[in-house]
Amino acid sequence: MTKSQSSIPKDTLMWMYETLVLIRRFEEQAKREADQGRILGTHSAIGEEATPTGICAHLRDDDYVLGNHRSHHHCIAKGVDINEMMAELLGKATGTNKGKGGTMHIADATKGMLGANGVVGSNIPVATGCALSAKVQGKDNVSVVFFGDGASSQGSLHESMNLASIWNLPVLFVCENNRYAESTPFEYAVAGQSVANRAAGYGMPGVTVDGQNVIEVYEVAGEAVERARRGEGPTLIEAMTYRYHGHFGADNPRGYRTAEEQKYYEDKDCILYMEQFLIESGVATKERLEEIDNDAKAKVIKATQFAIDSPYPDPSELLSDVYIKYP
Amino acid sequence: MVSTSVRALTYAQAVNEAFHQEFERDPSVILMGEDVAGGAGRSEFEDAWGGVFKLTGGLIGKFGPERVRDTPISENGFVGAAVGAAATGLRPIADLMFVGFVGVCGDQIFNNMSKMHYMFGGKVKLPLTVITSTGAGVGSAAQHSETLYSIFVHFPGLKCVAPSNPYNAKGLHAAAIRDDDPVIVFNNKQLMGGVGGGIHVPEDSYVFPIGKADRPKEGTDITLIGISYTTYQCLKAAEILEQKGFSAEVIDLLSLSPLDEDAVLSSVKKTRNVIIVDEDYPMCSMASELSAIIAEQAFDFLDSPPIRLNAPHASVPYSPVLEAEYIPSPEKIAQAALSILE
Amino acid sequence: MREDSSTIVMGIDVAGAAGKADEGFIDPFGGTFAMTKGLIQEFGTSRVLDTPISETGFVGAGVGAAAAGLRPLVDMMFVGFIGVCGDQIFNNMAKMHYMFGGKVKLPITIQAQTAASGGNAAQHSETLYSIFAHFPGLKCVVPSDPYSAKGLQIAAMKDDDPVVIFQSTRLMGVNFDQHVPEEAYELPIGKSRIVKTGDDVTLIGIGTTTRTCIQAAESLAKQGYQAEVVDLLSVSPIDEETILSSISKTRKVVIVDEDYPKCSVASELSALSAEKAFDLLDAPPVRVTAPHASIPYSSVLEQLHFPSVETVTKACREILG
Repeated sequence: MTKSQSSIPKDTLMWMYETLVLIRRFEEQAKREADQGRILGTHSAIGEEATPTGICAHLRDDDYVLGNHRSHHHCIAKGVDINEMMAELLGKATGTNKGKGGTMHIADATKGMLGANGVVGSNIPVATGCALSAKVQGKDNVSVVFFGDGASSQGSLHESMNLASIWNLPVLFVCENNRYAESTPFEYAVAGQSVANRAAGYGMPGVTVDGQNVIEVYEVAGEAVERARRGEGPTLIEAMTYRYHGHFGADNPRGYRTAEEQKYYEDKDCILYMEQFLIESGVATKERLEEIDNDAKAKVIKATQFAIDSPYPDPSELLSDVYIKYP
Repeated sequence: MVSTSVRALTYAQAVNEAFHQEFERDPSVILMGEDVAGGAGRSEFEDAWGGVFKLTGGLIGKFGPERVRDTPISENGFVGAAVGAAATGLRPIADLMFVGFVGVCGDQIFNNMSKMHYMFGGKVKLPLTVITSTGAGVGSAAQHSETLYSIFVHFPGLKCVAPSNPYNAKGLHAAAIRDDDPVIVFNNKQLMGGVGGGIHVPEDSYVFPIGKADRPKEGTDITLIGISYTTYQCLKAAEILEQKGFSAEVIDLLSLSPLDEDAVLSSVKKTRNVIIVDEDYPMCSMASELSAIIAEQAFDFLDSPPIRLNAPHASVPYSPVLEAEYIPSPEKIAQAALSILE
Repeated sequence: MREDSSTIVMGIDVAGAAGKADEGFIDPFGGTFAMTKGLIQEFGTSRVLDTPISETGFVGAGVGAAAAGLRPLVDMMFVGFIGVCGDQIFNNMAKMHYMFGGKVKLPITIQAQTAASGGNAAQHSETLYSIFAHFPGLKCVVPSDPYSAKGLQIAAMKDDDPVVIFQSTRLMGVNFDQHVPEEAYELPIGKSRIVKTGDDVTLIGIGTTTRTCIQAAESLAKQGYQAEVVDLLSVSPIDEETILSSISKTRKVVIVDEDYPKCSVASELSALSAEKAFDLLDAPPVRVTAPHASIPYSSVLEQLHFPSVETVTKACREILG
């Protein structure tokens, strides 16, 4: 254990483990729902649980997180209620978005989750604006935007990094580099082979981290969040991670990556790693961790039942919320 | 009591006054855009431009650089930032210098600004305003002379307004800023350059309601519907028609989405003839929309088909002799009216 | 691609697994909807280019390549992504030929997929024909079945002007049971076709809604009304002659467009009908469109969003009396 690792409070370590497991069980259930044809296949975050967990451990309700099409793990780590999330996946009126947004647009402003977004790179400037808002209002909340290796080729990232840097905004640009943009490998698409190195061109620190190691993510994120809160500006974090399933429900990744490669990354599973760490450092017993897992499974079952029992939206909802007021 | 003096402001002055008053009234109002002040970062050159069309002068001096921000050339970046800032407690104004630049920030406008309120089940509001410049006639060629109302109106979730004179320009900008929905304000270049100016603008703060058209001239024989600059053209055409013994009614649309259907339809049902004058390209334009609404809902009242006068289905040419033919002129409008009335 | 070696294809996952051919991964996607499958094997990586997620980059590159001698087909995937490449399409692709005094030609084709449903939600389910049709300089076509899809695709790619072809995702899973000739053929851009004749009402369909109109016509036939179905096929330019000659026969028109209503192609066709068929119409033109609202996620709401056989039939009955 490193010196800093030993200084992470036990509550935080346990919260992180609980969150990793809750995300995993939720996503597995979402996949079952899709496999059974009850919902359209989602963009599964299985395998990528650690990055938002390590980051959100530092965030408050008034800090903002903005996501992308693959954001269920961002939402859960930020504290969005999984009952409402599951209801949203099933298109129910009790969903986070009243059934109108669905898997790619889940949002809960009360928890600072300002939305998943279906267009790659689209939320990056929006998050920059949330950070601007904090600065102008003299508040110390920070904004975090998650995007992928694919989005690192979008103009919106470059414009936003530049803006955040010249205006010294409290924003974290977090690239979850899961090595594939749909079927296109990162080695092909990202010139210079490093997203983190792009930060230097925009006058901000850029750091690469093992996105499967929640402790490492926690440490790096902690520094970045503190920097931002102190008014020292943005940071780019590139978290190397891996998604176990295809880009979205119907995609079979065997078409563009080998079973061996997948196994290689599954063997470095973030939950396995954290279990090992907690047991070896004496923070928790195997039995306690099993209890937590069972608890997570129970919560997910309850959320699914809540979603199934919830009503669908009334047809009048088709036309409501287009505007606040029209005219 | 009849006012004996007209407080004549130009369009730009009126809009500037609206900004100053709204900034004063609500500390959450901020402004972002290229050269909205100018000379950024150099105090001796602060406020070098005050906006390309002089709409935003004086703001940085009074309200400071935290609230009045020159931006790099990053429309996607700062229009998106306006979305995020609006979602988190501010009331931003983003200046999209020329409407033809929509292509570099379209995603933020079409996918975020227009949809977030709906997609998030009504739980997030975006009280932001985008101001942009429109119109041909000033030699700025194809990419800097567009109008493009219909591109924005098409998307549910956006409100769109197009002022036509200093008085309604001040009121509509104030209304747009105070509106809790995203509003796009189209400011025509020729109007900002002084055409049609010199009318009375009250000094105190006021709003012109979004969703309401105006009727600057009453008449009985034919309805001329104008939008922004073309309202001015319609009024001139009405004068020509008067001399020929015909009484034209001019409807100034002002609000494109929502549209004041009542004002339009009640006028058309009265006069039974209508010409819609729209400076934008013709296909799937505001004129098409108005014609469709009129045909659908006032069909039995019409003595003649609704006529649309638009720019041609062609980009804006550079050469002055070509550009002079581009926007429907008062003579052309009057000619079209006479061909129905005579 | 076989006929003209200057034809290239670009887009995200138009083949897939880019750079991993030596590991045995070739063409896993062939396009999001498998429309470009098999091309990379036959024509190689210099003519079939997977791109990073950089629409402005690769659509713009398509424009430049077209100006400099190639004939690119660029797949922008969902039409709702227009916002991240709008400038290249509206300001360059649409205008360069005009602005450069006719001295540069841009034989480029953009393909865009529309109207996904099944929970694809607000940003992935749009149609947006009118956004493109509004801009002078672009031609816009919308196939409605496999036969027209092949014919219009070839016509678009052979056209020396920029063409946008809208491909309805909801038609992709339909079994049309239709003969498609093996040899190459073109459908002329700018021409609509009558897919069902009738005397009582003209139904104009676009892409997906042509099928809806045909089904509505069948329903109306059972009620004793013969609808004529015009398959628009070409959104810009519009085949005024075919439309007006149909209206002159039936004297009633219902336009079915699954795009948002305001300033839509339906509005354009309604205005056209009122202007040029004013004295022929017995009833006002009717538009059946999506509502002025984004596409919701929840299935019970989503199925209310798009025009259906029921809503089209009902609209017809209201004017048929």
